[in-house]
Amino acid sequence: MSTQEELKQIILKVLPEVECVIGWGPGPDPLRASPCFMRAAPDVDSFVAGPLAAANTALFLPEYKGKKVALVVKGCDSRSVVQLISENLIKRDEVIIIGFPCAGVLDENKVAARLAPYGEAGEVGQVQFGASELKVSLAGQELSLPLADVLADKCGRCKYPGAVLSDHFVGDAPTAPPHQDDFKDLAELENMPLEERFRFWEKEMSRCIRCYACRNACPLCVCRDHCVASSREPRWLSQSDGVRDKLMFQVVHAVHLAGRCTGCGECQRACPVHIPVLLLKRALGRAVGQLFGHAAGLDANAAPPLLTFQMEENNIKEREW
Amino acid sequence: MKAQGKFISRSALSAWLAELSARFQVWAPRREGLAAPSSAGAVVYRPFDPAQGSDPELDKKPTESAKRVLFPRSEALLNFQRGAGRDSLSLEVPPSPGPTLIFGMTPCDAKGFLVFDPVYDGSGTKGSAKDVYYLRRRAETLLIARACAKTLSTCFCHWLGGSPYSGQGADILALEAGREGFVLEAITPEGASLLDSSTLQSAGADMLEAAEQGRAAAQASLPPAPDIAGAPEALRALFDDAAFWRDEAAHCLSCGACTYLCPTCYCFNVTDEHMGMKGTRLRSWDACMAPLFTLEASGHNPRPDKAARLKNRIGHKFSYYPSLHERHFACVGCGRCIKSCPSGVDIRRIVTDSLRQTTGAAKPAPAAKEKRHA
Repeated sequence: MSTQEELKQIILKVLPEVECVIGWGPGPDPLRASPCFMRAAPDVDSFVAGPLAAANTALFLPEYKGKKVALVVKGCDSRSVVQLISENLIKRDEVIIIGFPCAGVLDENKVAARLAPYGEAGEVGQVQFGASELKVSLAGQELSLPLADVLADKCGRCKYPGAVLSDHFVGDAPTAPPHQDDFKDLAELENMPLEERFRFWEKEMSRCIRCYACRNACPLCVCRDHCVASSREPRWLSQSDGVRDKLMFQVVHAVHLAGRCTGCGECQRACPVHIPVLLLKRALGRAVGQLFGHAAGLDANAAPPLLTFQMEENNIKEREW
Repeated sequence: MKAQGKFISRSALSAWLAELSARFQVWAPRREGLAAPSSAGAVVYRPFDPAQGSDPELDKKPTESAKRVLFPRSEALLNFQRGAGRDSLSLEVPPSPGPTLIFGMTPCDAKGFLVFDPVYDGSGTKGSAKDVYYLRRRAETLLIARACAKTLSTCFCHWLGGSPYSGQGADILALEAGREGFVLEAITPEGASLLDSSTLQSAGADMLEAAEQGRAAAQASLPPAPDIAGAPEALRALFDDAAFWRDEAAHCLSCGACTYLCPTCYCFNVTDEHMGMKGTRLRSWDACMAPLFTLEASGHNPRPDKAARLKNRIGHKFSYYPSLHERHFACVGCGRCIKSCPSGVDIRRIVTDSLRQTTGAAKPAPAAKEKRHA
């Protein structure tokens, strides 16, 4: 039985105990699966797991607080679940976590870039996956792309392809891949002189339409209806169409997520105009890692370092200042 | 209508736009966001810079609509300054941007402004409320649409009476004639006057033929359209069906990507921002997907959750607007809300689901409903 079929069996088993099971189903175009909410047995038929299941299912959990739900998680999604539990934003006994060994998810933007010589990604008709290739039909052409070229960057540095916390796990727990995060993307940016780096952000942020998809796609961004971005009194941000305020919001978002962000990358995937906003969160995540030796979403009992304090921090030698 | 008119080669395009830049502020689609080598980037509208002369992006469908040119993301309605006296207040209305031209928009985007017009020109209020800011830009702007030589799986302009080769709402339609260039077809007299340029050639028979072939191919690439004429009634019938909207909105993130990329979403908020005695009254885009949109001063919010907000977005486009404006839908089928939705919410599916839920039996049998939402 395939992993997908095994997952369906478990979903059917837990369905009577829960409000719904959050997983993935067919999306609006062949290169995407959408989050799907299974409430009855027939809903499970169209469940899909695999490279199209890019969305983070943990995002929806706080909405269901007080009700019991189950969700299917990739490794990265499971880290968001753990982080939500550790911050008491959801309750452990209200979620049933179903894990499976994830082999990576597609980055639609990369697929679009690879397909650009042949047409638009939006023209793709059929999609098939081989062991290491993505096969698509596009405007009468059959094309094959190496899977490694079109998987999300986060998959290339993933250390936890299986769930870090689960109630059910399908298949064999994957052995940790030899992936390491070398922060090469950050190094490229940091190698730019400060002026150039500022121009980079100015240019990127000038495309921002302030839709706040980045914020709403973030599983740890839980102020939701009470965000500084929309507050008029006090006025934290201007409603004018300037880069300064758009970047200001990104900085607020990134700082709020320091030590909490698990690097799931949903903010960047959600951005309709492809602004690389994950870089900011990665920079702060790396700093928190270096200062406090903390990585988010691995221990449901750990407190994010910026939500707590110690009289003497191990790596901050205040007395020596 | 058979294509006739002028021809511009791709290589001469920038020169023509530079020529037009002497008379207009020209906007054109440009591909950006290519900092990472593996990124396909996004296509956004930018003022065309004649000094730079870079070619507009005409092959990839623009990620955003062109509405921001006529309806800026944020604009100063007026600047104000208080003086020393109690009644001392000076107001200044910023000048209009002047003659403007949008080049290379899709036919659906050009049609989108026809949805804006009755809202802002006062016809919806029997002339009592005219939006002078929108109307002066509208009057000063010419639109050059480029026909879509190909369609995407998210395109559904033909559901709404549009077509990839429609010139509706545009002043000029540019039809791709193979890879050589574009046949330019005047739609309005203002458009015709722009074609009087020595940079343009007369379109030869072979070019016209190539343009015609493109028209037929683009039309044929669209799957048959369902009949959605009954959507206004279906959505009204489902207004109180909380389970229907809960299911349709389950994966919605309640962000504004759909509304802000949409060529027909026209809602805004007004904010006074001031420092001391000086300030600006800003009009900025707002979205019915946002909680603040309906938040009342008491703290009560009549649309408290994302299901209520999504219901408004769909209902507005396919039921309330048509009921006010001669049954015209406030959607042109560009598909951006589908293509760029981080969660894959599909407006087509919601409309067809609403029809399926109500057709035949306006009130679905309770047993059937029970089963669907069990």
